[in-house]
Order: sequence, then C-alpha cells, then structure tokens
Amino acid sequence: MTDPILLQARGVTKSFGGVNVLKGIDLDVLQGQVVSLIGASGSGKTTFLRCVNLLEEHDGGEILLDGEPIGYRDQGGRRVRLSEARVSAQRARIGMVFQQFNLFPHLTASGNVTLGLTKVLGKSKAEAQEIAEHWLDRVGLSAHSARHPYELSGGQQQRVAIARAVAMQPRLLLFDEVTSALDPELVAEVLTVMRSLAESGMTMLLVSHEMLFVREVSDHVLFLEQGRVAVEGPPSQVFDQPENERLRSFLGRFHGLFGASSA
Amino acid sequence: MIDYHFDWTVITRNAGFLADALLLGLGLAVASLAIGCLIGLLAAYARLSRWRLLSGAVWIYVELIRCIPLLLLIFFLYFGLPELGVRFLDKFETFVAALSIYAGAYMCEVFRAGLESIPRQYVEASKAIGLRPWQRQRYVVLPVMFRITLPSISNNLISLFKDTSLAAAIAVPELTFAARQINANTFRVMEAWLTASALYLLTAYAIAIALRQVERRYAAIR
Repeated sequence: MTDPILLQARGVTKSFGGVNVLKGIDLDVLQGQVVSLIGASGSGKTTFLRCVNLLEEHDGGEILLDGEPIGYRDQGGRRVRLSEARVSAQRARIGMVFQQFNLFPHLTASGNVTLGLTKVLGKSKAEAQEIAEHWLDRVGLSAHSARHPYELSGGQQQRVAIARAVAMQPRLLLFDEVTSALDPELVAEVLTVMRSLAESGMTMLLVSHEMLFVREVSDHVLFLEQGRVAVEGPPSQVFDQPENERLRSFLGRFHGLFGASSA
Repeated sequence: MIDYHFDWTVITRNAGFLADALLLGLGLAVASLAIGCLIGLLAAYARLSRWRLLSGAVWIYVELIRCIPLLLLIFFLYFGLPELGVRFLDKFETFVAALSIYAGAYMCEVFRAGLESIPRQYVEASKAIGLRPWQRQRYVVLPVMFRITLPSISNNLISLFKDTSLAAAIAVPELTFAARQINANTFRVMEAWLTASALYLLTAYAIAIALRQVERRYAAIR
C-alpha cells in the first residue's frame, strides 16, 4: 500500500492516579483505512481513543496526525503543551462519536450539525444548513432535522451524532463503542451508516464490541490487553486463527461466533 | 362590630400616583435584577475558578450577603457610605446598588449549581467538534445551564421583585412608600394597604405566569 500514514502512535502511555492504563501503544492508521481496537473493558481502548483527540492527555510517547504531534510540541527535547486554540484546531480535524451520543440537548438535529460548521469552520448559516441537510439525509434523518434530541430514539440520536462529526469533514473519525448504549434492534441502523462511511473511504478508528461488524469492515484489528497491544493483524488472522490464548478466550465469549473459540 | 367604612375614592383620586409608584418599583427591580444576574454569573465562574483566592473571596461575598438582611445593606449603603466619603449615589442608585449586590449573591448560588450540574458529556462533545473554550461556554454550557436553572431563576426574580418594597425605607417613592403616603395623608389605612397588596400580588403573579411561559418554551431538555 502506498497510502500515506494519517495517524501514528508511538509508545503512548497514560496513567490515572498511579495506575498505568496505557503502557506504550504503537499504531498506524493509513488514509482510508478502518482500524479497530478490541479487548476486554479496562484494556485501555477507550482511553487511547480519548487521547487521540485530547479528551485525555497522554503522559508519554507521541501521537501524530498527518505528521503533526497532537497536543504537544517539542521544544529543545521538552514536551510543551499546545495552546487551547491550537488544541481546538487539532480537534476540529478529528471527529468523534460517543457511546452516549452526547448531542447538545438545547439544539435541534440540524442545529447540532451546524454549530461546528458555523463557529469552528466559519461557514455561513445558509451553507452550514445545506451541509447539515445533506448529511442528515445521508444518515436517513432528513425528516427529523427540526427535532430536538429528546424527541429522537437512541439510534436516531446516534445517527445525528455521526452526521455532526462527519459534516466537519474531519481527516479521521473516532467511534467509541457507539452501539453499546443502544437497544439491540437499533444497532443495525447505526452500523449501516458506519459501513457506508467506511465504503466511501472515510478513515476510521473504532472501539467496538460488535465483533462481526469489526471483522467485516476493518482493514486492521488490534487486540489490547492491560494497556498493551497483544495481537494485531488483518481481521482474518485475528478472528479466524487466533494464536494468543487470551485473545482466544476473549473471542470465545462472543457465543462461539468464531471458529477457533474453545468450545 | 367592625366600624370601618370603606372610601375607595381615595384610591381613584391617587390612581396616577400609585401607577407611577408601581412602574418605578418595576423599573428598580428590572435594573437590579439585570445587574444582579450579571454579577451572579461572573461570581459563579469566579467561585468555580481554580484560583483559590478568587473563589474564596466570592465565597465570603455570598455568605456575607446571604446572612445580612437586605434592609441593613440598604441602610449601610445609604447612610454608611457617605460617612466614608462616598457621596455620588442618590437614593435610587443606592437602592439599585444594594438590590443588585443582594441579588448577585443569590444568583451566584443558582448559577454555580447550574454550571456544576452540566453533564460532562456535553462539554466533551463541544471539545470534540473543535469549539474553543469561550465558545463552549457561550454556545453549549450557558444555554444548557440557563434551561436547567430556569425554575430557580424565576423563583428568585419574583422574590426580588417584592424586595423593592424595602426602598420605601430610604424614601424612594415606590408602591409601599406611596401607600404609606396615602395612609398618612388621608388615614384611609385599609384602602391604601389593600390596594398596594393587590398590586404587588397581581404584578408578581403576572411575572410568574410570564416566566412559566418562558420555562415551557425552553424546557426542551432531557
């Protein structure tokens, strides 16, 4: 592959109150790739994702987006935190979709999408409105653009959240267990939208427990265990011939969906 | 046997005087509450600031004001400050200053609680789309906080409107002062005080209904 590396993590570490949650994560995401993080809860997947757009600050190592360090710059060998304005500008290039949707409760679906377009990207109201209509249509919600979040189902809220993130035309989209808070019958509608984004060439980094979906859409899968990458590779290798014992037992929990699970 | 004969002509003869007094009270309330809300909002942010000195100073302000009767505060500003050489305030300005400071302390607590109750997830979403710190406050935190605290804001506004009656103590010719004036000049005790009470009741109730409409309009949350 000759696609340039979009996101690069080198030895990323993070601890919370003396507990090392990330113990040196290395990861590359090429442009247009879908990369997935799987692992038990507490393995550090979500924390890593949150470090990528600086909702958490990593303690060591570096995260580069398009070759530019996220959150810090190097000043004579010392790590210096970037200004809030610079950090905000970096975040605008990375979209994030949350487990709990996190829609702004006081704004309509359309207002949720246009806020960043007008205030961060400086687009006119009319142009932002047009972009919002386009993306709400893409996620199948053009009829609901004037509704407030509390008037929408969980699946609809999550699709608005995806439209909000992708409308900013980010370089990279982060998905943090975006179907975990949904009723089972609403999961499919969200996965359909994500699949169509992946097919359109959007670069995506996801944390998910939807193993079938991960296997289907991912170019690369990383199995995290206790803050380290324990296994990584293409989905066929990770899911179908897992050599790592822990990975085997982790996958075995998903109802024997995968051939190598110990039954 | 009650031996009191009502004579309501005293009220009709003084209708203009009472109306002016009511409007003056409303004007004082609006001015004080506007300033009070501004003080309260700034104080709430200061209270939540990481800078201990600032936060502590605001804590003292809030606790001090909440534990002192408003009337004392008015007297202190009106009679006390000139003794200290501050003479630029007339009685209207003095009263607005006192009620603003008083309202500010109460609104500070309302806004502080509101700001603290904003779920972290909204702030994170606003960070994730790249809003700068002040934009997060302006477009997400404050609008959400406003909606959460609306019922408390309403309660405080009504209560503070009634507090304008204390301006009578420094001869500001608002409704209570006007009623006392009529009472003193005509000895029509019942007519004067019943009318003043009715006007306070009607006005406060009208404010309550108006605020309930605002609440209904903006309660679009959760």
